[in-house]
Amino acid sequence: MNAAVARLFPIATVVAAIMIVWYGFTVYLNAPWQIEKYEKAGIEWQMEDLVRDTMALDRPILPAPHQIAIEIWQTTVEKKITSKRSLIYHGGITLSSTLLGFLMGTVLGIGLAVSIVENRAMDKSLMPWIITSQTIPILAIAPMIIVVLNSVGLTGLLPKALISTYLSFFPVVVGMVKGLRSPDPMHIDLMRTYKASRMQLFWKLRLPASVPFLFASMKVAIAISLVGAIVGELPTGAIAGLGARLLAGSYYGQTIQIWSALISAACMAAILISIVGIISHITLKRMGLQQ
Amino acid sequence: MTGFQTLLSRLGAGAALLALVSGFLGGGSDMAVIGGSLLLVLAGVRHVSGILPHIVIDLAAGLVGMAVLLLVLASGMGAAFWWLLVASWLFCWLAVERGMMASTNTAMFSNVILLAVPVFFGIWIIFVWQMLAVGLDIPMVLLPSPAQIAVRFMASTSVLWADFQQTFLKAALIGYILGCGSAFFLAIIIDRVPFLQRGLLPVGNFVSALPVIGIAPIMVMWFGFDWQSKAAVVVVMTFFPMLVNTVAGLQASQAMERDLLRTYASSYFQLLIKLRLPTAAPFIFNALKINSTLALIGAIVAEFFGTPIVGLGFRISTEVGRMNLDMVWAEIVVAALAGSISYGLLSLLEKQVTFWHPSNRRNHS
Repeated sequence: MNAAVARLFPIATVVAAIMIVWYGFTVYLNAPWQIEKYEKAGIEWQMEDLVRDTMALDRPILPAPHQIAIEIWQTTVEKKITSKRSLIYHGGITLSSTLLGFLMGTVLGIGLAVSIVENRAMDKSLMPWIITSQTIPILAIAPMIIVVLNSVGLTGLLPKALISTYLSFFPVVVGMVKGLRSPDPMHIDLMRTYKASRMQLFWKLRLPASVPFLFASMKVAIAISLVGAIVGELPTGAIAGLGARLLAGSYYGQTIQIWSALISAACMAAILISIVGIISHITLKRMGLQQ
Repeated sequence: MTGFQTLLSRLGAGAALLALVSGFLGGGSDMAVIGGSLLLVLAGVRHVSGILPHIVIDLAAGLVGMAVLLLVLASGMGAAFWWLLVASWLFCWLAVERGMMASTNTAMFSNVILLAVPVFFGIWIIFVWQMLAVGLDIPMVLLPSPAQIAVRFMASTSVLWADFQQTFLKAALIGYILGCGSAFFLAIIIDRVPFLQRGLLPVGNFVSALPVIGIAPIMVMWFGFDWQSKAAVVVVMTFFPMLVNTVAGLQASQAMERDLLRTYASSYFQLLIKLRLPTAAPFIFNALKINSTLALIGAIVAEFFGTPIVGLGFRISTEVGRMNLDMVWAEIVVAALAGSISYGLLSLLEKQVTFWHPSNRRNHS
């Protein structure tokens, strides 16, 4: 058994176990409704009928995994991308505001971190409030912020992206501050013996040292921006985006639609995080910080 | 004074001078604004000539500026007013900047400064907010002023308390305890079984990065409109961060330390309680802190998908619809206070429990 199999086997087992439990719950949760249906129609039913029919309901309490897979297939591959029913169309809208928010959050976070590290008054007055800012449940008031920004004339991508920005700047600030302060005192002393100015110390020592920390924070930040974008879509009257699909699905009881939006959001998060991971790997390798 | 401080004092004096000039040119400006600007110009000029350089005068100049601004505040202020605002802000910053330099002298004094500076900054944010909201005549449906929010807060404490009870004490707190508690015990079980560790941890890491909040509509369908469905969302949201962190924490003790306890013939539970849980404490508290904000978010967002007619999320979404933004902000204040206080309490508890950790020792670099 080689190393990759040894690593993947336990994960595969756990995923398989989750699937089995899921199918079990599909039958268990949908059974009462299905049995009622049989009794109304006066049909004699066997256990195998029940298992088959509970997995093929239109609006199940819990859809079976293959139903969700079929729904995702139908709404991605079999629909035109421009169609309002295509998940790719909705996913693209969510993705664009996620990326814009992530970008703004990262830039803001880096800027704040630099000013915190370079100025002590900034450090003491800003840092406690940056931490406090995250204890405010911004996601919870996101819908209101969107509505207010819309009434000021800010519509479309930007209001949603601002929610993502608010969420994603925090991990970047915390990680970057840690990173910019991470150089060994010995290295700082070495730079001083070279008579390095403050700028040189920053560009040649502090900034390179902070890169691994930056990438670690960016992985957290992009995941959290996606959450911000989805929640930001909830109040826009359910027009477009994965969040809107969730809301529309919950209004009309379309559980399969909810689950398929949820699973595609999960896949998107996984892909985004691994893209950041790959970029981080390449960059760190080229900088000589990672083998 | 350092170069940066000199720059601040020059900029402050410049802004005050502009306030003075525009006060005279604009005509009809309040005498208080002109007097205040004159004072701030003098405070800046004294740094050029080097007389009376004491820091208290900078602070006093900033505070006098603030007092004048509060005094004359009315809707639709002129240019002089805004320049004076900029000047007072620069002088307050200068005072803080110089105070930080001076604070390295005595421990007592520096402790006071460390507490006072962030508080002062917070006061300034609220102050500027009030100035902008009233001075620029921003309509209440966009951004109510802090004073309006405070009045509304005081007037509707009973409603706020009922919402707080529903969302925080029932949904968030119960969900938080159930989610964190079950994850903690599962983590201890996982820790004993290496196979589960290798299988469940990557899955747990993956799930804790997912937009779990999306399950809110499903939970509302399953558990009904009352707080049980919200607590269920909170359980799922808090479960995975706690699981991943606790498992990581349980592995944090070093082989040498474990070997030492084995030479004392300690049993599994002794090892767990005396060594591994204490070393895991920083990780566990990290998860508890992350979860404290997640729980509140989960409980409030879940209320957008269906709720009885009480709760923070319900009130926020209905009052937005009725354009009662001051009530919405009062609810936000409640949520922010609840979030910050629980975070603060957890930090205090963490300091008590993990007093030995390097980040909590005194005089760390």
